[in-house]
Amino acid sequence: MSTMSEASRLQDEIIIRMEDVQKWYGTFQVLKDINLKVRTGERIVICGPSGSGKSTLIRCINRLEHAQKGRIIVDNIDVGASSRDLDAVRREVGMVFQQFNLFPHMTVLENCMLAPMKVRGTSKAQAEATARKYLTRVRIPDQADKYPAQLSGGQQQRVAIARALCMSPKIMLFDEPTSALDPEMVKEVLDTMVSLAEEGMTMLCVTHEMGFARSVADRIIFMDRGEIVEEGAPDTFFSNPQHERTRNFLGQILSH
Amino acid sequence: MLRQFGTNEFLFILAAARWTVLLSLIAFAGGIVGGLAIALMRVSPLKILSATAGGFIQVFQGTPLLMQLFLVFFGANTLGLDLNPWVAAAIALTLNASAFLGEIWRGCIQAVPRGQWEAAGALGLHYPSLMRYIILPQAFKIALPPTVGFLVQLIKATSLAAIIGFTEVTRAGQIINNATFKPFLVFGTVAAIYFALCWPLSHISMRLERRFAAASAR
Ligand SMILES: Nc1ncnc2c1ncn2[C@@H]1O[C@H](COP(=O)(O)OP(=O)(O)O)[C@@H](O)[C@H]1O
Ligand SMILES: [Mg+2]
Repeated sequence: MSTMSEASRLQDEIIIRMEDVQKWYGTFQVLKDINLKVRTGERIVICGPSGSGKSTLIRCINRLEHAQKGRIIVDNIDVGASSRDLDAVRREVGMVFQQFNLFPHMTVLENCMLAPMKVRGTSKAQAEATARKYLTRVRIPDQADKYPAQLSGGQQQRVAIARALCMSPKIMLFDEPTSALDPEMVKEVLDTMVSLAEEGMTMLCVTHEMGFARSVADRIIFMDRGEIVEEGAPDTFFSNPQHERTRNFLGQILSH
Repeated sequence: MLRQFGTNEFLFILAAARWTVLLSLIAFAGGIVGGLAIALMRVSPLKILSATAGGFIQVFQGTPLLMQLFLVFFGANTLGLDLNPWVAAAIALTLNASAFLGEIWRGCIQAVPRGQWEAAGALGLHYPSLMRYIILPQAFKIALPPTVGFLVQLIKATSLAAIIGFTEVTRAGQIINNATFKPFLVFGTVAAIYFALCWPLSHISMRLERRFAAASAR
C-alpha cells in the first residue's frame, strides 16, 4: 500500500483516546501511564511478552476491565462515566477472544442473532438476514444451524468474528485470535481479519502474527511490564527498533 | 390387645406415602422458586443482596432441619398463628430446600466459564438478558444431577415432619407399630417405600451426571 493512499484512508478523527491510564491488581501495577490515540480506520497491532498487559489494555476499552486512573474516550463517549455510556460504547466495540467464547447452547445463527435482537432491538427477520450476511462474509454460510462444538477451531473463531460484526461495531478488538488454533487454521482467521481491515474497520489486534502485522498494521505497539515501550509503522518497527527490550522481543519472536 | 400386621395395616402405611410425596413435591416446587431467588441474589453484584442470601444459606445449612421445623411449628403457635403440622412442615421444608438449592445453583452459575460472561458483556447484553439467555441455560445443565440428588435428600427429610404430628409415611408406620408391635415388619415396609421413591431418582441423577461428564469431556 502506498503512502499516498494511506494518508487518504486514515481520517483525522480520533476514535479512541486513552489518557494517563493506570491500573492495578492489588498492589501490582498492570498498566502504567498508557497514552494512546487511535484514528478512525486505523489498524493497530499490539505485541509484547506474555503478562505485559496487552489483554488488560484492550479490555479497558470496552470496560471488561476497569482502570482506576485516567480517561478512556471511545467515539466521543467516556467509557467510565455512566452505565448508559458504557452501553453506548459496547454497542460500538466488537471483541474477539482467544478462546472464541461462543455460546455453546445456541446454534451459530442464534449466536449471531442474540445481541442485535436483545441489545439493538432488531427484528428477528432482520437479525437473521444480517447474521447470514456476515456468516457468508466469513465464508461459513452453510454452518448456520450447527452448534459451536460441531465446528473446527478456525470456523468457531470466524463465527465469533461474524457475531461481533452483526452489531455493526465501529471498532473491533482482537485478543490473540489465532493463539488457540491449530496451525493449519490460523490462515483462514487471519484472511478474515485482513478482509475486514480492507473494508476500513478500525482494529486493535493483540497478536504475535508478525506477517499479519507487517502487511496490515498502520502502527505496531510494543508493550512490556505494563508500559507502551515503543510504537511505529511496521517498516521502521521491524527494521529499526529503538529500544533494547523491543529488539530482544523481536529477536525471540522472529527466530521461531 | 395387639393387632396383626395384615393387608389393612400395610395399605394404611402405603396410603400415607402420598402425603410424603405431596409434601416433597410442595417443598421441592417452593424450593425451586426460592432457590432460584437465593442463587441469583447470591451472585448479584449488589453486596446487600448477596450478603442477605449468604446469611439465609448459612442459617439453614448450619442448623438441624428438625429445629427449623420446631421453630416454624411452635414459633407460629406462640405468635398466635395456628399452623397445622401440614402447613408448618411445608413452610420449613420449603425454606430449607430454598437454602440448599440456592447454594447448589450458585455453584452451578459460577461454574459457567468466565469467558461466557465476558463475551455476553462485550456484546452489550445487560445483566438480566445475560443471565436469562447465556448463563442460566448453561447452569441448568450443570445443575440437573445435583438437583435431582437433592430431591432424594428432601424426600427422606420429610420423615422429620412425623415428629410434629404430620401423618406421612413414617408417622403412619409409628401408629401401626404401636398397635401391632412388629417393628421390623412395619419399619421395613416404611423403608421399602422410601427406597422405591428414592432409588429411581438416584439412578436418574447418576445417569445425568455420567452423561454430563461425557459431554464435557468431549
Ligand atoms: N484478574 C487478575 N488478577 C490479578 N492479576 C491479573 C489479573 N489479570 C491479569 N493479571 C496480571 O496482569 C498482568 C497482565 O496480564 P494480561 O493483560 O493478561 O497480559 P498479556 O495479555 O500481555 O499476556 C499479568 O501479570 C497477569 O498475571
Ligand atoms: Mg493476553
